[in-house]
Amino acid sequence: MKTKYFFLSVLAMTTLLVVGFNAQAAQAPLKEVKSAKGNVSGANVFNRLLKKDAQRNAAPAEDGIHDSANDGTHVLQPPLIAYDGLPTSEFGNYVDWVKSLDDGLLKPRYDLSDPTVEPLVMDLDIVREVKASMPDVVFPHKPHTQWLHCSNCHPKIFIPQRKANVMSMSAILLGQKCGVCHGKVSFPVTTKSCTKCHSKPKPADWKPPKSEASLKNPWR
Amino acid sequence: MFKSAMVGLLSMFAVLMLPQVAQAEYADVVINNYADAAGMRPVVFPHWYHRIRFRCKVCHADLGFKFKAGGNKITMAKIIDGKFCGACHNGEISWSVENCGMCHSGVPGMPTQIHGSTVQRLVAPTYKSLGKPAK
Repeated sequence: MKTKYFFLSVLAMTTLLVVGFNAQAAQAPLKEVKSAKGNVSGANVFNRLLKKDAQRNAAPAEDGIHDSANDGTHVLQPPLIAYDGLPTSEFGNYVDWVKSLDDGLLKPRYDLSDPTVEPLVMDLDIVREVKASMPDVVFPHKPHTQWLHCSNCHPKIFIPQRKANVMSMSAILLGQKCGVCHGKVSFPVTTKSCTKCHSKPKPADWKPPKSEASLKNPWR
Repeated sequence: MFKSAMVGLLSMFAVLMLPQVAQAEYADVVINNYADAAGMRPVVFPHWYHRIRFRCKVCHADLGFKFKAGGNKITMAKIIDGKFCGACHNGEISWSVENCGMCHSGVPGMPTQIHGSTVQRLVAPTYKSLGKPAK
């Protein structure tokens, strides 16, 4: 019995080691930087834990979710061929889909079979004031209605009424409100994409609201 | 002894198969509601390919696809009936259902997920196989 557990734990440890090794191999290869002075640790490298994509827009056979043993996988179009000539972005598919549409580089259909149907575009910006110091959010209906129908968001995801929708970044990150699409299909929530929504600077005289604790502080 | 060795080896492979090394395209959806149970590879749906040709509205408003991976309970019977994928993949707008391997192209056993999803990175995936479809 003891040998059995020993054997299992040894295997588990090897697995962990192999996985750790794999995870490192998937990142950018770490360069051994030796100090010019000699025996200083090689651990002091720049951005040691920064993960980099090994390969962006991988072809289906190499992307890790398609089975390369399947014949159909090799018939599928690699994304990079389709993205050639489209404006780029720094996140998601690394393609600026909204700009592609605006520039007329893409003409996706608005109707299943009739390519002449034009979308019902509404150009209305909604400004949402943000309590904290981040710039206020401007929600543009225009790019959204170019792709979607009113019924996709209203009234289920967003109640079409002022102040009726309570939102927070944590809700969005967990897939609610804007997060139903943003973070899954449309541009994701990354530190590079904050300003795409938080785009309206605060007024010059804006001051951050004081917290309750600060207001109640008798020594203030 | 042999059994435990096998269990260890299997778990080793299972861990290695985890999608941590996957470099799949953002928003690729793996749908494995019924595929595994039916002995098929899971379906991989590429959002990028479809959004070049159709606006979100066509599938998500007109065809009734919910905004949830695995939430539509699509079966081959529904597709052949012209519902969901079958609205286009009927040999008229796009290629028909006899090209099994072009949709059913995922790594066997991969759970339902959206690749690159923030939710998936932040919380453990909650998607489960739905087993056999209700007749």
